[in-house]
Amino acid sequence: MTLHLKLDNPDEENRLDHMAQGVIGTGANRPDGALKVSGQATYAAEWQRPDMAYGVLVRATVPAGKVEKIDASAVEAMPGIVKVITDPKLLRVPAQGMADAAPAQGNDEVLYFGQPIALVVGDSFEAARHGANHLSVSYLPQEARLDPDAVQTERPEGKQSSQGDLDGVMKTAPVTLDEVWTTPGHNSSAMEPHASMAEWDGDRLTLHGSYQMLKYNRNELADSLGIDPKNVRILSPYVGGGFGSKLGISPEAVAAALAARDLGRPVRVVMPRQQVFETITHRAQCRQRIRLAADETGKLLGIGHDNRVYNLPDEGFAEPVTQATPFTYAAENRAIGQEVATINRVIAGSVRAPGEAIGVPIFENAMDEMAEKLGMDPLEFRLKNIPETPPGQDIPFSSNMLAEALRDGAEKFGWDKRNPTPGAVQEGEWLIGMGMASAVRVNMLMESKARITLTAEGATVETDMTDIGTGTYAILTQIAGELLGLPMEKVTTKLGDTDLPPGSGSGGSFGAASSGTSVYLAAMELRRQIADKLDCDEADLTLKDGQAIAANKTHALADLVGETPFEAEGHIEPGDIASKAFQATFGSHFAEVAVNRHTGETRVRRMLGTFACGRVLNEKTARSQCLGGMTFGIGMALTEEMLFDTRDGHVVNNDFAEYHLPVNLDVPKLEVHFLQERDPYANPMQAKGIGELGICGAAAAVTNAIHNATGVRIRDYPATLDKILPYLP
Amino acid sequence: MRDFTYDRAAATSDAVASASDEGASFIAGGTNLLDLMKLEVMAPEKLVDINRLDLHDIEETDTGGLRVGALVSNSDLAADRRVRRDYAVLSRALLSGASGQLRNKATTGGNLLQRTRCYYFYDTAMPCNKRQPGSGCAAIGGQTRLHAILGASEHCIATHPSDMAVAMRALDAEVEVEGTDGARRTIQMAEFHRLPGDTPAVETVLKAGELITAVILPPPPGGRHVYRKVRDRASYAFALVSVAAVARMDGDSIGDVRLAFGGVAHKPWRDDRAEALMKGKAPSDALFDEAADLILADARGQGGNDFKIPLLRRTLKAALSEATQMGEPQ
Repeated sequence: MTLHLKLDNPDEENRLDHMAQGVIGTGANRPDGALKVSGQATYAAEWQRPDMAYGVLVRATVPAGKVEKIDASAVEAMPGIVKVITDPKLLRVPAQGMADAAPAQGNDEVLYFGQPIALVVGDSFEAARHGANHLSVSYLPQEARLDPDAVQTERPEGKQSSQGDLDGVMKTAPVTLDEVWTTPGHNSSAMEPHASMAEWDGDRLTLHGSYQMLKYNRNELADSLGIDPKNVRILSPYVGGGFGSKLGISPEAVAAALAARDLGRPVRVVMPRQQVFETITHRAQCRQRIRLAADETGKLLGIGHDNRVYNLPDEGFAEPVTQATPFTYAAENRAIGQEVATINRVIAGSVRAPGEAIGVPIFENAMDEMAEKLGMDPLEFRLKNIPETPPGQDIPFSSNMLAEALRDGAEKFGWDKRNPTPGAVQEGEWLIGMGMASAVRVNMLMESKARITLTAEGATVETDMTDIGTGTYAILTQIAGELLGLPMEKVTTKLGDTDLPPGSGSGGSFGAASSGTSVYLAAMELRRQIADKLDCDEADLTLKDGQAIAANKTHALADLVGETPFEAEGHIEPGDIASKAFQATFGSHFAEVAVNRHTGETRVRRMLGTFACGRVLNEKTARSQCLGGMTFGIGMALTEEMLFDTRDGHVVNNDFAEYHLPVNLDVPKLEVHFLQERDPYANPMQAKGIGELGICGAAAAVTNAIHNATGVRIRDYPATLDKILPYLP
Repeated sequence: MRDFTYDRAAATSDAVASASDEGASFIAGGTNLLDLMKLEVMAPEKLVDINRLDLHDIEETDTGGLRVGALVSNSDLAADRRVRRDYAVLSRALLSGASGQLRNKATTGGNLLQRTRCYYFYDTAMPCNKRQPGSGCAAIGGQTRLHAILGASEHCIATHPSDMAVAMRALDAEVEVEGTDGARRTIQMAEFHRLPGDTPAVETVLKAGELITAVILPPPPGGRHVYRKVRDRASYAFALVSVAAVARMDGDSIGDVRLAFGGVAHKPWRDDRAEALMKGKAPSDALFDEAADLILADARGQGGNDFKIPLLRRTLKAALSEATQMGEPQ
């Protein structure tokens, strides 16, 4: 039986708060944790077959042009080389998230430096890599567009909006701000590189890969190969981080499948780190212009947020930089816009909270600067401008605890101890400053299915949903355990297999809520089946520790189930709910930094975040999500930057030695707090997304603190020492 | 990776003989060489493994210095009681480099011979006079954050990435090497690394097959030892600028001062004129500025690294203030 819910109306029952097991919300350990730390969780690149061959992708070394000739003969004559695959079905780029169809294919034309154009297959990885290093390719180069600042841009009609008269109020308002910021390219930087092992059984392909959204990935892979999706099975039970980079099928998967079919043996293709940088989606470099107008009391009268991003020709994705701007703060006069440039550079796509990750911190930099102009405390300025309802819409917020998060964070952090005068606090050679920012991220629900089978031994949850390090195994186990009255160890969760019911996939912070709701629905259907058997109402049924209690009688669940397992499927679909309330998650970030007065080096000394995201399903994994987001916030603020060579567009710092993620010493004590919240519009669990909220705004708390420490406004991220040096005494 | 032959040396004489073959390379910790071989930036035909040679000891010399075996790991050298006491600048420089895991593997000799971290040297699709003599320098006109401001040439603007070597340069260390004739000779650190000139692929004065057997530290210089490394994150990053400063005060004036710089040139940089200028004078902001003026007189940025010029001055002043206990510079 399937319990299907199309979410048209808010939840009125809040059933999870009335269950007895007491496992939901706790910081239960991950069921997969021990497997991972003991090396028993097999990742894609670890799959072996006795007759497996190894493929290494060959990159284009021009930014634009035609491939004139690929001369495979010399490489194919090398020892250990099996074949050079130059199939036109090779992917030029990875698919964008939820593309559901093949991305651009073909190796006759080069659109960017680093584009895969061939696969060298060998009997060993070393042989294949050596071959790949020496494949002779000649090009007919074409003129390339390499510098996003130097090419023509377009203003897509759908990306511009305005209310009132921003230009007018910018002229008349007593206090205004009009400044431009830039952020660099960011790489997702999942620890596990992209890897696939493909094997065919007749017409059926099995791919062990590392992907976030399997139901789409299956269709993308099948479409790329020109075969029926029914003949494709993808397995991604363990994913070593995604951060957007594994949303869509990527070149190594299609190459492995093509080679395995051609050679009649399994083929594994693992991208070296350099290739991940050169081939996989990155966050585009961005230029943002913010305009603000306020009256003397600090009430915002006008908000303008314009930005410039870029992508390859024919790529539809443009970073939704201003996604949170329409609803975070109130102002009558507004203008939002986007320009998009087309350039020959590695594909741009979803990376760690696309949109808000860079849009919110820059806006929060502007808010900090505006507060200074107004002579107001930055916290007070924000509190004054939080809208009652989403501006320009005639619906309420489903819930909005931004003010509470700001006040809670401020109190716990000790914001009242901040000296508002920049450069006023010094300890030895370090200039000390505090900064804060709001955290905002839209909330989404996606269609998702899951199945639960209940036997005398316990329950098994099954869906093709993925756990990309986020804690999916833990939370789905907890949801089923809570509703079915089973301790965690009696629930087995199976994920990451396209043979299982299609879940939402992991992306956009919607995985826990969407996939979790499908498990919730399946469990509710099982509760109904158990109640039927006991001849009571489901609402009167108490399930706890493997016991069913109804009408003051206790029955062992195992006895009730007996020989025939109970089975149920849950199916959630987003309905009309979005027209009834506007959903987002909110929070606050606070940071204290020390800037060296001699060298301009910035070190974060402490950081605190308070977040409101509906029900927290697992306190530990939720907290880990926020810690990760804040850490990436430190990276965005201080260290992370993709360097491109504007002569050929290639990624210059294509490894972890020179693409600087924060290391342990860059990340001090981070504190995470959650506000108690339930959001009935989100889903019947009343839980919202949390994966991305922690990064949205975090960088601004750091850069605003740099201003408080030094008086320097960082306009060009990251805040490396060379940007600060000229302003130091 | 290109196939290679592997030879494990049992004695230094075997190692030198084996490595004098065309295309041979020594391997010790392999922390740099193996990465470069995977990328085929380096493709030796033969590896001569020297890890079993008897070069693992730190011994006191007759003159009161230390002889550091070429195979002493960076971790062991940094932790040695005598080094921490008498050559603190060296211990601090070592600990500022790489990571604990890498320092456990990396050796003293290997550290001196590590290759530049220039992005373009690492990418075989790019021209690089160091990797492929005569092909050109892609770094010039490209991304130059890591690159040299002193002693560079139109053929190469790479920097030497070592922290250890900078401290050794300040300490006037000598490199002991054994040649194919079995004889050992010593080379001053000042002479050991070369400037790029028009042969940037030739990075040291070592002759074919010559093996580093030890680094000899002269008797302890005394004074206060400072190693200040400025970088883009708190750990695990190469120096943008580093300063090794050793200063001994003579009353209120500077009795002796040694300064060496990393991250700014193709070799650890030192400027005798600046040291001579400061000797016998009372430390002051103006004096340090004068020293910096001398050191930076011929400094030239490449655009992306222009900031290193003021950064070197500021770091130099901070390090000297600390070493001379002058207090905070203004």
